[in-house]
Amino acid sequence: MAIFLTAESRILVQGITGSEGRKHGARMLAAGSKVVGGTNPRKAGQTVELNGTEIPVFGTVADTMAATGADVSVVFVPETGTKTAVLEAIDAEIPLCIVITEGIPVHDTAEFWAYACEKGNKTRIVGPNCPGIASPGKSNAGIIPADITSEGRIGLVSKSGTLTYQMMYELRDIGFSTAVGIGGDPIIGTTHIDCLRAFEEDPETSAIVMIGEIGGDAEERAAAFIEQNVTKPVVGYVAGFTAPEGKTMGHAGAIISGSSGTAQAKKEALEKAAVRVGKTPSETAALVRDIMRTR
Amino acid sequence: MDLFEYQAKELFAEYGVPVPKDKVADTAEDAREITAAYAAEGTPQVVVKAQVKTGGRGKAGGVKLADGPVDAYEKAQRILGMDIKGHTVHKVLIAEATDIKAEYYLSFLLDRANRTFMSICSVEGGVEIEEVAHSNPGAIARIPVSPLTGVDHAKALEIIKAGRIPDEAAEQAALLAERLWAMFTDEDATLVEVNPMVLTPDGRVLALDGKVTLDDNAAYRQDHGRFADASATDPIEARAKEKHLNYVKLEGEVGIIGNGAGLVMSTLDVVAYAGEQFGGIRPANFLDIGGGASAEVMANGLEIVLSDPSVRSVFVNVFGGITACDAVANGIVSAVALLTERGEEVNLPIVVRLDGNRAAEGRAILQEANLPVVEQVDTMDGAARRAAELAAAAPAKGA
Repeated sequence: MAIFLTAESRILVQGITGSEGRKHGARMLAAGSKVVGGTNPRKAGQTVELNGTEIPVFGTVADTMAATGADVSVVFVPETGTKTAVLEAIDAEIPLCIVITEGIPVHDTAEFWAYACEKGNKTRIVGPNCPGIASPGKSNAGIIPADITSEGRIGLVSKSGTLTYQMMYELRDIGFSTAVGIGGDPIIGTTHIDCLRAFEEDPETSAIVMIGEIGGDAEERAAAFIEQNVTKPVVGYVAGFTAPEGKTMGHAGAIISGSSGTAQAKKEALEKAAVRVGKTPSETAALVRDIMRTR
Repeated sequence: MDLFEYQAKELFAEYGVPVPKDKVADTAEDAREITAAYAAEGTPQVVVKAQVKTGGRGKAGGVKLADGPVDAYEKAQRILGMDIKGHTVHKVLIAEATDIKAEYYLSFLLDRANRTFMSICSVEGGVEIEEVAHSNPGAIARIPVSPLTGVDHAKALEIIKAGRIPDEAAEQAALLAERLWAMFTDEDATLVEVNPMVLTPDGRVLALDGKVTLDDNAAYRQDHGRFADASATDPIEARAKEKHLNYVKLEGEVGIIGNGAGLVMSTLDVVAYAGEQFGGIRPANFLDIGGGASAEVMANGLEIVLSDPSVRSVFVNVFGGITACDAVANGIVSAVALLTERGEEVNLPIVVRLDGNRAAEGRAILQEANLPVVEQVDTMDGAARRAAELAAAAPAKGA
């Protein structure tokens, strides 16, 4: 099963002719994903060669969906055009739109998120500024390296890209059902809670790892959700205990303002919800290993 | 980026948000001259306001009423150079004193929790809004604002009425709100706050103080560089920025280089934990070299980290996802050679942890290069411990 992304997912790449789109389109194909097409309004009708396979280029998301049956879009369009690209994906009602692009002005994200809501949330948006989704052994949509882990029964949701990779690698012998990089921006389309709910319902997931970082109160709300709704074991990790107040640490969302949003507050909220929280990534992996031994 | 009050008010004026007459001064002499000019126009009473990006200026003695040029000179002299919560005052704002009948609060901001925008409005402005929120939550209205429909006159009135701003000020306050919203969207702000928004005895509504935060991601389509504050930026941070490095200076002894914001943030934590066993050794900086990590980026990164005089050891923590560890290892070797060539020989210990994609190859490259300053440790926790230990053992620079 996995969540959001399965072996049957048919992927289109928005911005397939750009350097990022080509590079990662090829990597996705190599990982066994079904990459069926891409868009570039100026290059409709052409093809792009990825790993020796000719991939058709269309003018719009709607055209690509009609011609190829694509049901997932991965957006590599640069930040200046990302809003337009995502609005187009929402209009086409593609079920899943994964926005990899980083550095998007938050007013743009607020606008496309509001638009998605107004259109009845027919399109699940993941990101922006995220590494994407990997369901090992099934499909890979985004930039998560496919060869660092294996298929298994751990579900992972994370704000951070490299910490996601680190965790997938440390637990590669146990393996993952799906890893979702939700991104660290102030506004994101798919939240920790959305992923926790999906993992709870997924029969192929036995335990959940949740990686958070400073800023906002998403982890606190996730903790409240876990307390009420999640029966599967959850292990948490929060980065940013030593981050000073008021300084941005690379992710636009990773900034503490005022008293809320600290790593300590998040850790306490999670522990109150019976989530075991690791002090370091390695300790977190060890906690998961411990739980999986009995499952 | 947070703006100073005087910069916020420049923007207010550009968007037609009414503000009292004011001018910024770098010296007490400037403060005297500005006040003399205001006195000649018939308004000798001014407020001298410290320009610092922190709250609580008034309580710290950074805001003073002055009567005429000589008094303004004296007050400015006392305020300039003052330290307010770690911020040195380099400028004062000289603002015409305003008679106040009532003080209100108005802001637009990003509402992260609900993934939209929001306006906060209250008839009880002037004091700390957090205090009012605590003691009298009913007095503060929070109104969601859709990014799709924004704030027109009707919505502005709805906000003002929800904040219980009295009728005598409502129309003007609504107009101010409309213009403030235009500024919020056109300038890609994440916060615009007017506190207090005042009603004068002669019936005018003015923005007496303002706080603005701008979205750095929008820099490509905004002219925000004009607000950059050279005096407040750490010199090492400024040089890192020139080299397009994502560097933040911290107070500590272990220089940190890693790939990915989350991993580097996590590295800071792990070093701080390890440092507890070595007399409170702390990370000296945040530096995310991102994916790729070419020799040049690594050299620039190492150079920046080593230029911090408090650094006593360096921890390079890389997880190869897309980045290949052999490329990173080559980067480290070339970086050390490049710095030696530049005459900046590396003589601090560098602890390297490589894991993930092509880690074995990367480790072999470092092994073979046999650099005396480089030491490899296999795990992140172990490497953090070793880097802290080396920092604690190293003599302080200049000793």
